[in-house]
Amino acid sequence: MNHIQQLQHQIARRDFLTRTSLGLGAAALAHLSGGNVSAAGGLPGLPHFAPKAKRVIYLMQSGAPSHVDLFDYKPTLSERRGEQIPESIHKSQKLSTMTANAGKPCLGAIAPFRQHGDSGRWLSDFLPHTAEIADDLCFVHSMKTEAVNHAPAMTFLLTGSEQPGRPSTGAWLDYGLGSDNDDLPTFCVLTSRDREGTCGQLFYDFYWGSGFLPSRYQGVKFRGGGDPVLYLSNPPGIDKSLRRDLLDGLSDLNKLKYEAVGDPEIQTRITQYEMAYRMQDSVPELTDYTTEPKHIIDMYGPQVMERGTFASNCMMARRLAERGVKFIQLMHSGWDQHQNLPTQLVEQCKDTDQPAAALVKDLKQRGLLEETLVVWGGEFGRTPFGQGDINNPKKHGRDHHPYCYSIWMAGGGVKPGIAYGKTDEYGYNVVEDKVHVHDFQATVMRLLGIDHERLTFKFQGRHFRLTDIHGHVVEDLIG
Amino acid sequence: MLGLFHKFIRMNVAHLNPSTLALLTIMRYLLCLAFCLSVLPLDAKEIDFNRDIRPILSDKCVFCHGPDKEQRQADLRLDTGAGAFADLGDRAAIVPGDPEASELVKRITSTDEFEQMPPPDSKRSLSDDEKQLLIDWIKQGAEYQQHWSLIKPERPQLPPVKNPGWPKNAIDRFILRRLEAEGIPPSPPADKETLIRRVTLDLTGLPPTLEEIDAFLNDDSPSAYEKVVDRLLTSPRYGEHMAATWLDVARYSDSNGYQQERTRTMWPWRDWVIRAFNQNMPFDQFTIEQLAGDLLENPTRDQLVATGFNRNHMLNGEGGRIAEESRVNYVIDRVNTTSTTWLGLTMACCQCHDHKYDPLTQIEFYQFYDYFNHIDETGRVDAGGNANPVLDLPTESQLEREQQLRQQIADLQQSRQELMTPEKILAWETQLQKKLAKQESQSTWKTLIPQQFVSRNGQDHEIKTDGSIFLSGKNPDKDVYEVTTTISVSSLAGIRVEALHHDSFTNGGLARSDSGNFVLTGVEFVITQPDGEKLTPKIASAKAEFEQGNLTIEKAYDGNPATGWAVNNPGNMKLDRSAMFLFEKPVAVKEGATLTTTLKFESPHKFHQMNWFRLDATSDVDPALEEEESIPRQVIDALALEASERSDDLKKAVRDYYAKSAEEVVKFDQQIAKSKTDLNNHLKSYLETMVMRERKEPRETYRLQRGVWDNPDKSRQLAGNVPAVLPPVSSEAPSNRLTLARWLVSRENPLTARVTINRFWQQVFGTGLVKTVEDFGTQGESPSHPDLLDWLAVEFMESGWDIKHMMKLIVMSSTYRQSSKVTPEQVNRDPYNRLLARAPRYRLSSLALRDQALFLSGLLHEELGGDPVKPYQPEGVWLEMTLGKIKYEQDHGDDLYRRSIYIFWRRSVGPTMLFDSSARQVCTVKQSRTNTPLHALTLMNDITYVEAARKMAERVMPEGGETDQARLNYAFRLATSRHPTEQEQAALMSTLESVRQKLGSDENAVNELLSVGESPVDEQFDRAELAAYAATMNVILNLDEVLTRE
Repeated sequence: MNHIQQLQHQIARRDFLTRTSLGLGAAALAHLSGGNVSAAGGLPGLPHFAPKAKRVIYLMQSGAPSHVDLFDYKPTLSERRGEQIPESIHKSQKLSTMTANAGKPCLGAIAPFRQHGDSGRWLSDFLPHTAEIADDLCFVHSMKTEAVNHAPAMTFLLTGSEQPGRPSTGAWLDYGLGSDNDDLPTFCVLTSRDREGTCGQLFYDFYWGSGFLPSRYQGVKFRGGGDPVLYLSNPPGIDKSLRRDLLDGLSDLNKLKYEAVGDPEIQTRITQYEMAYRMQDSVPELTDYTTEPKHIIDMYGPQVMERGTFASNCMMARRLAERGVKFIQLMHSGWDQHQNLPTQLVEQCKDTDQPAAALVKDLKQRGLLEETLVVWGGEFGRTPFGQGDINNPKKHGRDHHPYCYSIWMAGGGVKPGIAYGKTDEYGYNVVEDKVHVHDFQATVMRLLGIDHERLTFKFQGRHFRLTDIHGHVVEDLIG
Repeated sequence: MLGLFHKFIRMNVAHLNPSTLALLTIMRYLLCLAFCLSVLPLDAKEIDFNRDIRPILSDKCVFCHGPDKEQRQADLRLDTGAGAFADLGDRAAIVPGDPEASELVKRITSTDEFEQMPPPDSKRSLSDDEKQLLIDWIKQGAEYQQHWSLIKPERPQLPPVKNPGWPKNAIDRFILRRLEAEGIPPSPPADKETLIRRVTLDLTGLPPTLEEIDAFLNDDSPSAYEKVVDRLLTSPRYGEHMAATWLDVARYSDSNGYQQERTRTMWPWRDWVIRAFNQNMPFDQFTIEQLAGDLLENPTRDQLVATGFNRNHMLNGEGGRIAEESRVNYVIDRVNTTSTTWLGLTMACCQCHDHKYDPLTQIEFYQFYDYFNHIDETGRVDAGGNANPVLDLPTESQLEREQQLRQQIADLQQSRQELMTPEKILAWETQLQKKLAKQESQSTWKTLIPQQFVSRNGQDHEIKTDGSIFLSGKNPDKDVYEVTTTISVSSLAGIRVEALHHDSFTNGGLARSDSGNFVLTGVEFVITQPDGEKLTPKIASAKAEFEQGNLTIEKAYDGNPATGWAVNNPGNMKLDRSAMFLFEKPVAVKEGATLTTTLKFESPHKFHQMNWFRLDATSDVDPALEEEESIPRQVIDALALEASERSDDLKKAVRDYYAKSAEEVVKFDQQIAKSKTDLNNHLKSYLETMVMRERKEPRETYRLQRGVWDNPDKSRQLAGNVPAVLPPVSSEAPSNRLTLARWLVSRENPLTARVTINRFWQQVFGTGLVKTVEDFGTQGESPSHPDLLDWLAVEFMESGWDIKHMMKLIVMSSTYRQSSKVTPEQVNRDPYNRLLARAPRYRLSSLALRDQALFLSGLLHEELGGDPVKPYQPEGVWLEMTLGKIKYEQDHGDDLYRRSIYIFWRRSVGPTMLFDSSARQVCTVKQSRTNTPLHALTLMNDITYVEAARKMAERVMPEGGETDQARLNYAFRLATSRHPTEQEQAALMSTLESVRQKLGSDENAVNELLSVGESPVDEQFDRAELAAYAATMNVILNLDEVLTRE
């Protein structure tokens, strides 16, 4: 049989009638038949693989935490304090305009490092709580990104492109996998900032945008004050029971309309109003921590009861994870220490170290860590050399550094207790097992059972994907 | 029968000979068509390259075998016939008419992983249908066609239809023809109430009033509907509504985006757009003025404002940004926006490499880029929140004031000029003579007349009549002067040194040094009495009128030759400088005594010595350093001479001094200065808006390698040009934006009219004839009605690009006027309603929803244009998004109730009450319509909607009638334009009754609900009743039918 005959054979073998829906995806059919697309939903054929993780919590540290001060132990920097980093190391790579033409004096970590856990992980003394869970964590020391300024780099990390306009990771997951919860959005975002509001980076809504995907896939930002979700509360004078009456009236009238015109979109609308009503209960319930026992509250630290703090948001992340929210994106600003490393880094660590570690412990004790991927990291690292006057310790700081940095992951199918990738003795460039941002994204997708090359969306004539045209899954990270 | 056929194919296909096979293939096709093809156009039997084949090649093959040289594999190109038929040695990818001999067929049907195409690791694969189509196409001769959108549209013949009574205009002929071919009947016309609400919303963004509805219902004339349409097209609301879409296209915003998020002033451009639509500016002019209004001959202010279109992009003022990098990004944004808006081409793909799918190269991208590369801009945010170039926009009264001030200045200058006549000057000289005499007699400083002068290092010197010493000739590195003078006072208390400036010295200053500065490093005084006694009075104190930093006057007598007194004043050295040295006690000087003054200039700085100076003596123990008003030396010299004997220099000196010091002249000068300050301040108060303006020196344009701003390929400089696949620009016209704009709207351009009319179609029908409104390239979707699209495009151009004409044509069609009722059969046959066998129904935009709520409640404050407004928004949203940097200052009064198009748009966080709106970061032509619980929350709970419900209740209770039912019916009709059915009436009643029951007994709740919003509560109503109605209106404003354009 030649090739053509073979093809004829394949076509003929298929049931003719199944092709009557030519050109129509199953999702579209579900939509048209009036089914509720947002609950469950997701694309047919996904996940591509058996998922290791059911959900993700991103603990995004905006402003770029210093890898050489916190995670990537480089005694050389202290030993050669003040000496210039050799050209053979820095290779005159592009830097921000702030230090492009300045010297590159070695500056050691501002706090001592110590080894922790069975894994013997080196960590800064600024991170005592993270140190306690060192054996649960999977460190990547060889992250690499492209952009050298905050907004483009954060956009790159979250959307795969430096320019705003692409869907963010959570939007892709919502689009691809659908929801596990009828009462809450699939993609939730919480933001917090450092206490002093130093040099803080703004949180643009394209960090959780849906880009060219339909806007219902964009993240829902929970607010640190007022209604956690915009317009969640009924207006004064309308209580829950009255709202129910009003919704019943609305629903009756909408059903009459559906009977008259037959547009399935009306049924979807009725469903969405009902979900809105359920959210009016489910969301405030989320922010009510009074049901949490004292030992849990204590675990997250003193700020947990203060809404809008990182600690409070970590607790909220756990509660969202418990309720099956698929993508939880925390963003915390204030890591941009150009000239206040000695004073600011310790404060920043105090605000974040305990809650982040508590979140991992809390998930673990509830058996949720296995199915929840937690990622802690920033948009790039900081220069191993000091910015400004090396002889003025009060003003020590570091500039933006895209060539290597560290993150950690926990749960969700990553290998615990490992440190992946190596940088040179100055912590300047990756020398082993580079993990480009696109590789990281591909790996996160894989943990969720998605082939990053196959989750695409056609827009302006191109099949777009989170990893653009790049990205390789880092199999060594997967347990 | 079908089943049999099916079985036949399944069982026997492997045993058939090739010719039977071919026949079967065709039969299979026909069957397939009969069954399932509702979306494919007619006549699918014959394979059409553009419709059937190009999408397959484009999607599955061309990424590696396409226009992009860098990416191309095996040197094989499948997007052109030349490439596909090329001889590849012993074979060719495609041999027309012979699938068996075509390598392509072998590869796509292979199961060998090394042979198979597309390769398994490419993650692209062909379906069996697609493979068959390719085979059939090759069999039919593998005819390639140019991509449909690149072929110039010609007006097609109107197709014949079976039901000639249905079509009202050309649009309907095309739509009906297709429906008839599919065997789907069109829907009956919508009832008049639905129709007037639909067309009023579509053309103005607001619903009709009850009066308008009734007038239409009562008008039985055949032109009743047309009258409505004509009325709507002349409403100013039309321009506001049309502009809303264009603002998305133009990425309009009131802030810059990025980290700084500063406020800009582009709303004058927004108002220009509204006016342009209302005046029905032809689309070609609309295009030319926005892209190149500044290059028109003597552009009007409006034409300059129009060019703001391509200044609406984001501006990055982040610290550490490289300005040129930002500027390049802005130019790229203009290329992408312009090509998407007018050409429907995704030129953005070519920023870094040749297009993967469309015949566009990276070089062509940068040729297009060149058109926008010469704006007089820096990449910085350098004009307040705006970036240059900007245009002043004075109001009428501001202009008047400006003219007033300018006239005032001119008048003052004229009056001043009249004082400058020789007669007036002469009269003043007489006064001055008197003053001089008086001054000399009163001065505490008496000039010391030199008898002898020595420059130790050999400078030439001249002793002037005024007692000053002028040095010239040799200019030594250092020098010491010794001056011997008579002593003009009998009791010598101190000496003054006057350093005089001269135009011939450096910078017109005091010395022939590098700066015109001197350093006086030492000073000594020796008095020789007539009897030979020498006295050396001790300097007790000194004072200089000016000192340069720490080079103070004390350094001149501190005994250290390395330090001294200096007076450098960069920017203005043309000033005399003086210093005085006072003695411990006055020295009694005998008649005939002399004074020898030694001035030392021995600093390490070369040539730093006074080159013209004078010495004065005083007997005053506490003298002032400067006299009140010192008359310049030259003027004194001049006054000593008759006018006719004076040199030109002296005449000028007199005249200058007169201008500077004559009281009446000075008075005018002060007035002029004040008026000029007033004028400057006034000019600064003008509104500025960003516009296009070419810089004097054009920039050089190069291809940026990999699209990186600082990586130009300097081997070839590029000039403005359009992609070769499109008709050429006029070779005679200069290569600039104006030429580009004219080319875009030329009759030869195959894209602009199609792309534009398609966007209008989308605006009305919810989906474009080409669904991918943003992409008319090979990756875009083919038009559902290609002939209709072409007909409309040609009509648009030939009507003189008349937008209102086209909008009218669309809404006058039978297609438009159909009912939107959906039958199950229609859903099955044509789920996306691409064939338009019914009118589409879709949710209104969130802007229109807010406008409608305000309109129905009577709150809407209509006013065209102006400053953006800030209506209700939940507390803290901006603060949270901007980390506490930017606070939302809500407006009050009428500004709470303006149309949504006027709401202040901040890019980092758009207006919170809007949803599904474009992000206004880049050009957006595709409309988004989703259905989420968050929208429901907004519409139920936002203050705007709750307040609107209350005001609607206040309106309905008196206007609707006496009974609850009458009032509810009235409210329902206000919101939907129709009367409720009996069932609906019952549902409304029961809602009101349950609400009334709950609220009636709860005074607190009533008060709370009525307190929402800043408009006052009308106290004529029973408060509990009003609250019950308000809650019920909240239901009505959330009805699916109210949110929907039926």
